[in-house]
Parts: sequence; C-alpha cells; structure tokens
Amino acid sequence: MAAPIVQVEHLYKRFGELEVLKGVNLAVAPREVLCLIGRSGSGKSTLLRCINFLEEPDAGTISVAGITVPAGERSGAHKRHLRELRERVGMVFQQFNLFPHKTVLENLIEAPLVVKRQQRESAVALAEALLAQVGLADKRDVYPSTLSGGQQQRVAIARALAMQPQVMLFDEPTSALDPELTGEVLEVMKNLARNGMTMLVVTHEMGFAREVADRVIFMDGGLFVEEGTPEQCLENPRDERTRRFLERVL
Amino acid sequence: MASRASKLPTPSAPRRLRVPFRTALLIWWCIWLALLLFFFSGVQFSIGPIQIRTIVLNTNFIAEFWPFISRGVLMTLQLALVSIVCASTLALLAALARLSRVAPLNSLAGLYISLMRGTPLFLQFLFIYAALPRVGLIFDAFTSAAIALSLNYGAYMSEIFRAGIQAVGRGQTEAAYALGMTPWQTMRRIVLPQAFRIITPDIGNQFIAMQKDTSLASAIGLGELMQLARQAGNPRQAFFEALIVAALWYWLLTIVFSFGQSLLEKRMARSDRHQEQG
Repeated sequence: MAAPIVQVEHLYKRFGELEVLKGVNLAVAPREVLCLIGRSGSGKSTLLRCINFLEEPDAGTISVAGITVPAGERSGAHKRHLRELRERVGMVFQQFNLFPHKTVLENLIEAPLVVKRQQRESAVALAEALLAQVGLADKRDVYPSTLSGGQQQRVAIARALAMQPQVMLFDEPTSALDPELTGEVLEVMKNLARNGMTMLVVTHEMGFAREVADRVIFMDGGLFVEEGTPEQCLENPRDERTRRFLERVL
Repeated sequence: MASRASKLPTPSAPRRLRVPFRTALLIWWCIWLALLLFFFSGVQFSIGPIQIRTIVLNTNFIAEFWPFISRGVLMTLQLALVSIVCASTLALLAALARLSRVAPLNSLAGLYISLMRGTPLFLQFLFIYAALPRVGLIFDAFTSAAIALSLNYGAYMSEIFRAGIQAVGRGQTEAAYALGMTPWQTMRRIVLPQAFRIITPDIGNQFIAMQKDTSLASAIGLGELMQLARQAGNPRQAFFEALIVAALWYWLLTIVFSFGQSLLEKRMARSDRHQEQG
C-alpha cells in the first residue's frame, strides 16, 4: 500500500459510561474509497467525526495529509493544527447543514474566502465549476430552503469540495433523503470516486459499497470486526455478526 | 355560505348585512376611540334622572403648555436610542460570555444578569445618579439614565440573545468547523445572523418597553417628556392635562416604533421565505 493519507492510531472515545471506540487503527491510501458499515451505535459515525475532531477523541492520534494531531491537547498551536487538518478534510453530513441565510453560491465561497482568504473571483469561478459538476449550475443564486433534499446534499458536497480537500468524509449522506432522491447524490459520489478522491463513507447503501468501494469495513461494538474487498466482506463474510447484519439490511 | 344559509330554518328573518371582519374591526376601533374622546369632552347632560358628566379639560393649559412639554420628546428619543445601542451591545457581550466555557467570564455575566434583573430599574436610576457620587463617580442626569437603562435592558436582552443563539442548530456550527472556520468566525458569520433573525420580534418588544421606561429619568431631573409634563402640570394642579399630553406622545412614539419593528421583521423574513425558483 502507498503511504497512507489518513492514519488513525489507537483511537479511543467514550460518551460517559459508553465506550464507543475501543482502540481503532486505520490507514487509508490516497484515492482509496472506504465504506464503513455496521449497526447504529457501532461507532462508525463517531470514528468519522473523530477524524476531523468534531468529536474530541479521548486517546489516540489522527494524521491527515502530513498533519498529525494527537488527542486531548488544548494549546493554541494545537487548535491551529486542528484547523489546518480540517481544511484538508471535507465533510458531508446526514442533515446537509447548509447555511440557510446564504445563497447556494455564498454557501460555497464562504469558507474559501474566510478560511483560505482566496480572491473572490477565483472562489466564485471554482464554486461555479463545482456547481456545474454536481448538476446545479442554475441554482447558484437561490436559498437552500428552495431546494429538494437531494439538491441540498449535492450543494453540500460542492461546498465541501470548494475547500479543495484531500480527503472527503461522508456521514450517512443519503439517510435523510427520500428513496427516489438518493440516486442523484450517489451518482455525484461515484463521479468523485472515479476522479480519484480519497473517500471515507459511512453508509447503509450496500449497492454503493459493492460498486464503488475499494475496501469495506464492518464495525461492531467500537471495533473493526471484518474488513476486505466488497466481495469478501459483503458476499462471503466470515464473521457471524457481519452475516447477521447483512441478512437484515440486504 | 349561501347554500348553507338556505338550509337553515330561518324563514322570516331578513337577510343580515355581512360586514367583512376587517371592516368591522375598523368601525369598532372608531367607536371605542370616539367614546374615549367623549369622556374628555367636557359635555354634560342628563338622561331622565341620570346625570352624565364627562371630564372637563383645561384647554387653556393645553394650548399654553403643549409646546413646552413636547420639547421633551427629543430628549426622550435621544435617551431611548443611545440606550438601545448600548443595551444591545452589552446584551450580546453578556450572552456570549454566558455561553462561553471561560469560567470567570461566564460567572461574571451571570452575576451581572442576576443583579440587574433582581433589583428595580427605578432603584438603579437613583443608585447611579445619587449614590455613586459618594465614591467619586459623578454622572449627569442623561448619562446616569442611559447607563441605568443600558445595564438593565442589557441584562434582560442578553437572555433573549442567548436563547436565539442556542436556537441555531448544532449542525450549523459543526458544518462551519468542518470547513476550518474558527469559533469566532463561526459565531459571527454563521450563528449570529441566524440568531438575530429568530429574536427580532422579542428585541423589538424590548425597545418599545425601554422607550417608555425612559420616563423614570424624570425622577433624577432629566428634562425629558415626563419631567416637563410634571414641571408644567404640578404647580398649576393640571395633572390631567399635562399627563394626557405626555401620554399622547408616548403612545405616538410606540406606534412609530411598532411600525418600524414590523418593517424590520418583514425584511428579516425575506430569505427565509421560499423564493420562487428560476
């Protein structure tokens, strides 16, 4: 495997009494598409949210694209480090979380202008190219509330891409959508994968995992239970828990 | 409507005139206002054994002192506007402090809010104007009144700001953080604009209430509307007339403020409305 672009070492996270991550190790290669599957409460979303420190891990180390951030530090230098890491990691949420008081275009250029201090013209040009890429060039001046869920999620993907991240995290990106709207979002994600984006996807879309993923990891009880290619993990699971999970969702 | 009426067993009743509700409201407003005016008309008459006597106003006094009392309006407005700006700033700072994880700041804001909400506004006016000079803090009447109003309303409004900030979903903050924004950038550019929209009606009501509470400044001798009304009315035993003049002004100012408030709310609601696409 090439030098990993994402490296997670000995990651622990607990919420009160509940230990959600019990020493997770993970290395993701550049251009790899990794799907995390498992029951709710298995720790897959928490793992994703620890990678860009939306959840502060209790112990462990996260490295993304050469930036290493250990858990549990509070210094100013640590916070700067953390933001640099976040600049390199795009995230797409289950609930889209678009900024409702800003137009679609403003949503896309906000972080490039404020965080990266890009020139306005170049930020707008990139934003327009990304909107075209997700098929929403004509929606640049409307407010998010006028869009369907599928359109909102495609804007959210474009917004994350506007920061030109090296890794994209997807936290159940189609779970809040009506079934007929999931296709357009998955299509955008497939394109992204084809263009070589490194992607970590928490999903219940087994079809997407089978078709796009290079590797599938099944999580249970805060640990990796099984991992391998989609064929190994989804067609011929060795672990009993994976088999039972797949029986229920397929 | 007509078809249902035809089925009802009301054979001989003549068809009643249907007045639209808005028109009915307008008519009744006029009736009540006319009645209110009538009470102060000075008219006296009797219906059989019942004597009807309305209030006789000293119109000479009103004609003579109307301009004098009205001069206080400018001072009232000045005090209200200065206090609104200061109170809003203070409220925002106190709300941010109350939401922060910095213990000394958070608790300081808590103490401030508790103290200001726990004591009467009138006491605060007197305290700042009359008590503080003993420790060397001497403010004129206008400054004292502005400080008292700003401190007091800042405390109440900070709780409104805090609620508004908390009403903005956690997902908004997470999205901004995930894009690499700092906590301050997130607050200023993502959370506060949405919070302001949520609290506009409540803040507007605070402004209206404050505009009337400027009248307490008369107790420390500030020449605003209330003070001038008392100066004119008291020596001439013309309480009725003087207070009515002041009341009319306060009422008018409140109506203007309310109108401004509704304009602001409409403006704020604009991007929330589902705009037509295309």
